[in-house]
Amino acid sequence: MTYGPDTVSASQPLLQLRSLSHSYGSVQALHGIDLDIAGNEFFALLGPSGCGKSTLLRSIAGFETPAHGEILLDGEPLTALPAHRRPVNMMFQSYALFPHLSVEKNVAYGLEAEGRGKAEVRRRVGEALETIGLTKFAKRRPGQLSGGQRQRVALARAIVKRPRLLLLDEPLSALDRKVRAEMQLELKRLQHEAGMTFVVVTHDQEEAMSMADRVAVLNAGRLEQVDTPVALYAAPRTRFVADFIGTANLLDGTAAAGGILLDNGLVIAADHTLPAGTAATAVVRPEDVALAGAGTGTLSGTVVDTFFLGGTSTVSVQVPGLSAPFTCTVRAVQVPQRGSQVGLVIDAARTVAVEDDRAASRPGAAQETVSS
Amino acid sequence: MPALRSAASGAAWRRRLAGLPILGPGVLFLFVLAVLPVALVTVYAFFERGRFGGVEYNFTLDNFVRLADPLYLGVVLKSILIAGAATGIALLIGYPAALFISRLPKRWRTLALIAVLLPFWTNFLIRTYAWILLLNNAGWINQGLQALGITTEPVAMLYTEPAVVVGLVYMYLPLMILPLYASLSSQDAQLTEAATNLGSSPFRVFRTVTLPLSAPGALTGCIFVFVPAMGNFIIPELIGGGKTVLIGNLIRDQFLKARDWPFGAALALVMTAFLVLLLVLQQRASRAVSEGKTPRKADA
Amino acid sequence: MSTIAAGRTAGDKNVRRRGARHGRGWHLRVPFWAVIGFLYLPILVVTAMSFNASSNLFSWSGFSLKWYAEIFRSPEILASLGNTLIVAAAAAVLATVLGTLTAVGIHRYTRGGLIRAIAIAPAMLPDLLLAIGLLSLFTLLNFTLGLLSVILAHTVFAMAFVTAIVLARLAQVDPSLEEASRDLGATPARTLLKVTVPQLGPAIISGGLLAFTLSLDEFVIAFFTTSPTVSTLPINIYSMVRFGVSPEINALATMLLGLTVLAVLGTQRLTKIADSL
Repeated sequence: MTYGPDTVSASQPLLQLRSLSHSYGSVQALHGIDLDIAGNEFFALLGPSGCGKSTLLRSIAGFETPAHGEILLDGEPLTALPAHRRPVNMMFQSYALFPHLSVEKNVAYGLEAEGRGKAEVRRRVGEALETIGLTKFAKRRPGQLSGGQRQRVALARAIVKRPRLLLLDEPLSALDRKVRAEMQLELKRLQHEAGMTFVVVTHDQEEAMSMADRVAVLNAGRLEQVDTPVALYAAPRTRFVADFIGTANLLDGTAAAGGILLDNGLVIAADHTLPAGTAATAVVRPEDVALAGAGTGTLSGTVVDTFFLGGTSTVSVQVPGLSAPFTCTVRAVQVPQRGSQVGLVIDAARTVAVEDDRAASRPGAAQETVSS
Repeated sequence: MPALRSAASGAAWRRRLAGLPILGPGVLFLFVLAVLPVALVTVYAFFERGRFGGVEYNFTLDNFVRLADPLYLGVVLKSILIAGAATGIALLIGYPAALFISRLPKRWRTLALIAVLLPFWTNFLIRTYAWILLLNNAGWINQGLQALGITTEPVAMLYTEPAVVVGLVYMYLPLMILPLYASLSSQDAQLTEAATNLGSSPFRVFRTVTLPLSAPGALTGCIFVFVPAMGNFIIPELIGGGKTVLIGNLIRDQFLKARDWPFGAALALVMTAFLVLLLVLQQRASRAVSEGKTPRKADA
Repeated sequence: MSTIAAGRTAGDKNVRRRGARHGRGWHLRVPFWAVIGFLYLPILVVTAMSFNASSNLFSWSGFSLKWYAEIFRSPEILASLGNTLIVAAAAAVLATVLGTLTAVGIHRYTRGGLIRAIAIAPAMLPDLLLAIGLLSLFTLLNFTLGLLSVILAHTVFAMAFVTAIVLARLAQVDPSLEEASRDLGATPARTLLKVTVPQLGPAIISGGLLAFTLSLDEFVIAFFTTSPTVSTLPINIYSMVRFGVSPEINALATMLLGLTVLAVLGTQRLTKIADSL
């Protein structure tokens, strides 16, 4: 099945990936990826390292030739075009600025390769440098710039060619925290102003969630889910997505009428359509749990730790029969004492049940219950 | 879908063909002038010698059987012994020097390295010749010894085996110092600081941290010295006065004097096989050290 | 003045003390200077004796430049010098072009190590093996021994070093630079010219200079692949030394030493210039 943006389903998507597969030797990097990306979208490919997201990006750019499948841009196949003929530009993770060329020469490189006239090159390079605010640094070499400045140059070099599609490979990973926040806003602004389609590859879920219109979560070469950030968080469709996006309490058991039956005999209420008896996991976000007096609520246990986070606190509760402590987020004023007995009231309407597919797809995966 | 598959592999093929004008000339050149010559030597070793030089194409193993002759076996063993002695001495005197250079401030380090390497870049024969001037009975070392009153009669030094060893050490010492320096200077300075911080004396730090970590560099240096020392025929001839016959002299003579190419080829093969074996062992050993040292990186 | 001097000695003492603490005390200083002495003593003796007026190599009898004049009057030395320069220049050009192409090709188009191993082998194997192999080949093909055979032999030998140097540099170059160039629309040829070669510039220059000096000095392979009538300078020096020492060798040696020093300094300069380009 093909994931596509709901809003533009009538018109043709800008980029279409059709059953794209690729392998390196015996390692299968991509398993039949089908994906549509609309024009003007800010799209993120998210996943842990080795999930195939970089292979996907490099296939679109033309640096990898997929063993199987097709890439269409505006309905035209891209697969046979060599990298230098594709109307797609990329911002590299290492920036890949030419160290022997000045900033303006770097930015002009792609226009010169196109054979543009001198006057046009100068004008467009000037504009691009102004957009990123580095006009003063035009004559410098990349080696004389800071990390953030280098990233801006890499960005300018890619957008000066006005590509149909801009690919960004881990664009913020090399920057420190403060510059990263600035660049995040800057990328959003640029995408908006230039009206370009951005495809970002990242392993950082916060980055993907805060910038992208839609996010594709990849795992072991397969698409797990393609959705808006809000939907990914509120309605994960697989255990992997629930685990990878945000923090969640993952309670493994089997599907039963009206909820998930845990090994200790308790039932966590949740709406679901899973056949009874299948291995399933209840996903409970920490903020969807309220603390109550001992003996009341769905679960009860002992407070083992509390973490003060400013406006809120995180409370870890050891529940008998659960392998890992249960995490919930409470207002800072209500923090219970360590060692006290508490009850946990779970908001059933917000609890999601997903199939526990670990045994099938990822044998030997670690049994994690809580992750951030 | 099959059409798409062929389009994709077509692109892969085109990429491979694009390499032809770049790789082609060099590979062809290497095949004719490196692979073929070595193959010829290998083949010749299994044939009989021609009556007037050259090769008679009758298969034989005699050339290798002859190697067991005590006369030739002695030459091979002596070559290993003399090259080994030169390697050992080079390691002993090269190590402290390399350690010293690696601990110099950066500016002096480059200068010291150039100073060590400069003699290596000067003509091999001239450096050999210089030792004749020094070691001669009337030479400058004997003159010095007599002037200082240490000896009264000239000491015979030239045309002896120790002189050959000294000549070999002199010739290849920079090849020992360079890899030693490289491995010593790439060591993390925090390691020695950590060892000191944990209470080790400077000598213990050296013995337990610096020395083991520089073992791959030392091994590389030993190979760099041993390999050319083993095949050298000029130093034994000029400084050893032709009295010290090593395997290199023997091979040279089979080709240029005795005109017994097959036997010369067999000698060269045995020597090369021995050296390649050493190289393989060295690579294994240094890989073992470096893999034990750094944890394998996770794939990105 | 006195305060400056005092300050300086105090500073020196500090440096020395710090040096000792970091393991640069006498126990390493002495061996280092001993090694330097060992390496330079023979060279100094040869240089000094080249200015000796007497033809006795073991006693000094005054300053003279007459042995330098002798060199320029010797037709054999001049002829062999000419041969050496021709061989070295030709071999260096060939080795640089072939070695650079081969290195780029290996880096881009090969996965396994076979071609790489073969390309580096001539630098690792004993020169004697290559020498007798090439002699066998040229004889088998009835290829006339002379300048051309030596040039070919030196090219294959020097090419291994050029390939190794350029490969080492290629390993350091960010592979996404070439990809970025293609991504920005540059054809493969444009990428090679505008991105790859500028990145490799210093390596190619030092590879070429190394090839030149290696060929200039090479004796064993040349000895086997030339004819008795065509000799290079090292071959000429070899026969001079073998048939008895003579004072001209000192002068020739000193001149070659000077050339080497200039070449090494020049290489340093050139790579520095190329690096800053």
